[in-house]
Amino acid sequence: MRKRVYLFFIFIIVLAFFAGNLSEPKYLNQGIDFINGKIGIKIPSFWNIPFRLGLDLQGGTHLVYEADLSQIEKQEYSSAMQGLRDIIERRVNLFGVTEPVVQTQETSSHYRLVVELAGIKDPAQAIQMIGQTPFLEFREQKTEEETEQILVQRKELEGKTFEEMQEIENWQIGLQDPYFNSTSLTGQYLKKAELGFNENTGSPLISLQFNDEGAKIFEDLTSKNVGKILAIYIDGVPISTPVVQEKISGGKAQITGSFTIDEAKELVRNLNAGALPVPIKLISQQSVGPILGKISLEQSLKAGILGFLAILLFMIIFYRIPGFFASLVLSIFVFIVLAIFKLIPVTLTLAGIAGFILSMGMAVDANILIFSRMREELKEGKGFLISLQEGTRRAWPSIRDGNFTTILVALILFIFGSGFIKGFSLTLIVGNLVGMFSAIFITNNFLKCLIFPKIEKIKWLL
Amino acid sequence: MVIMNIPFIKYSKIYYIFSGLLVIASIASILIFGLKFGIDFLGGSILEAEFKNRPENRLIQEKLIDLNLGEIIIQPTGNNGVILRMSEINEDTHQKILLKMNEISEVQEKRFESIGPNIGKELRQKTIFLIIISLIMLLIYIAIAFRKVSRPIFSWQYGIISIIALFFDILIPIGFLALLGKLYNAQFNIPIITAFLTILGYTINDKVIIFDRVRENIIRSQEFDFETLVEQSLNQTLTRSLSTGSCTLLVLIAVFFFGGETLKYFSLILILGIIIGTYSSIFLASPLLVTWYHFRLRRNS
Repeated sequence: MRKRVYLFFIFIIVLAFFAGNLSEPKYLNQGIDFINGKIGIKIPSFWNIPFRLGLDLQGGTHLVYEADLSQIEKQEYSSAMQGLRDIIERRVNLFGVTEPVVQTQETSSHYRLVVELAGIKDPAQAIQMIGQTPFLEFREQKTEEETEQILVQRKELEGKTFEEMQEIENWQIGLQDPYFNSTSLTGQYLKKAELGFNENTGSPLISLQFNDEGAKIFEDLTSKNVGKILAIYIDGVPISTPVVQEKISGGKAQITGSFTIDEAKELVRNLNAGALPVPIKLISQQSVGPILGKISLEQSLKAGILGFLAILLFMIIFYRIPGFFASLVLSIFVFIVLAIFKLIPVTLTLAGIAGFILSMGMAVDANILIFSRMREELKEGKGFLISLQEGTRRAWPSIRDGNFTTILVALILFIFGSGFIKGFSLTLIVGNLVGMFSAIFITNNFLKCLIFPKIEKIKWLL
Repeated sequence: MVIMNIPFIKYSKIYYIFSGLLVIASIASILIFGLKFGIDFLGGSILEAEFKNRPENRLIQEKLIDLNLGEIIIQPTGNNGVILRMSEINEDTHQKILLKMNEISEVQEKRFESIGPNIGKELRQKTIFLIIISLIMLLIYIAIAFRKVSRPIFSWQYGIISIIALFFDILIPIGFLALLGKLYNAQFNIPIITAFLTILGYTINDKVIIFDRVRENIIRSQEFDFETLVEQSLNQTLTRSLSTGSCTLLVLIAVFFFGGETLKYFSLILILGIIIGTYSSIFLASPLLVTWYHFRLRRNS
């Protein structure tokens, strides 16, 4: 029996060590560095996983766009949305934001695009860049002289600053696309792009269908460029550079190239999205400046630490020795919860921190219930160990019910809620589960280790 | 520890009158002041910014009058901060507002939210759905939790009394929020809804723990007088009720004072809810058990 208690005790110490250092590895790693420096061995440093902070704590912007799909047919909705997402994702990647989120969302016949940019400095610029409609265009080859000229000019500009560039004659030429000229054929004339397969080789190809006006332009372009490349650009990036075999009339074109089926599919999606006007409209915006984010983070941390200290003080004054142990347990509880937040990882928001702080208050409840019952048993003249066991047993239904009602409500909030509600309920659930575990398992075993013959005589401590 | 023996039930009438007054005050507050729904439910914009030297509200109003924004509510915060609330605006207008305000005094935007009316409507429906589901789940929970408590009054009576008390726990903070809305323009928004649902979860638990003790005492104790039994149970659970209440309050008070503007009303409502919840468990729900028991006795005889 006692052996088992000590085994648990060691387990708890190990758990606390890992959880504590996982939630704040700074001190351990400093220690390791110190030892490594002194003795000259190489102990690897402890994992340093950062917390994942929400937009409200590190600053950032959350945008919701509504896509206007009224111009396209129903069966193409999802491919249009995917194309839209891919293109916006590409644009968003230009902002240099870590882990940008671009998601499509379908709610009761509304098709939406959610964009989250954490830590972005200038949301206004981001909104502007995202808002442009994807741009498809065809470009024709430049003459060799032109290409030559640009390439020569480019060499001269190499390695120069913008100011120095301006001193060179005709410097602008060097900044042009050396190989292709824009044409008037753009996505607005494209009716549809479809995936097809070459009848002979079975390799994937893309067939394009222009509208009447586009067909005419395309005919002119192809007759002018037989044997040359007619490049297809999306958002200024060459996607495909097919060679024109002959003049094409009727507004139908095929793009063959060395692409896989998946690549071809993506291209079709991009072409359709670029070609079909899927206008998007910004319907909701939530931006938090980096300064406010930082203040919020500091404030909520301060609130958490002060709340934590207040509980410790309360427990020790009110429940003395058991209260002291409950305080130790509460510290372990905090470390375990923080470690779990890092491991899952839970995105911490202001609401999430509030949920966690609240769960701290409730985690104490389980300890209080056990102690109250224990005191009653002690008063009936029972021994310490028996009182503890009886107290825990009697308190359990209340602990279970209490935590389950809260978890029940939090679970509903988590499943059906969004944003603030989700952040709050998730940390509350994690906090409650760990709180229950720590009261029943950790406090109990801590107190069992405490039994020594004299303790029962100093009753005022209990 | 001293065994407390406070004759709670004896003064039931006083609690009922006090609780009744609170209810009347809350309803009056809601009817007179009304609730100020936040932009999460109605759609609209909110812009929080920090001036170098905050001008008077009137000056900002005058500066923005050309933009035809409709009604703008301007509320100063902190030393140099200001919160503007207005109808939904697009990104262009948003930038124009910042430019105009910059002309008065150097301004730095801290937060901007603009929510379209459609999103607001959806959120409203979703929240109502959320509340209904939560209530149903709690009712199921109450039914299960009190299934075993069936003497000397029926288990459904425990359930109904809990629900009456829960209703009280929610109504009083709502009345208080209406007053806060009038005085400080506090909004009824998503964080507040979350606070209310959390109060529900917390206070139902508070009641179950006391009623659970009543049930245990019915089985264990030799005492057959229901009134004495309830009183005994109340005294036994009193330390726990107060300890847990205080611990939860301690952290919430920390959040209220140090958690920043966003969490201020959220934590305030939670604080009030937990105080009211603890009060109603002891002074409303438990006396009601006895009153109902006596009422039935009298009717039967």
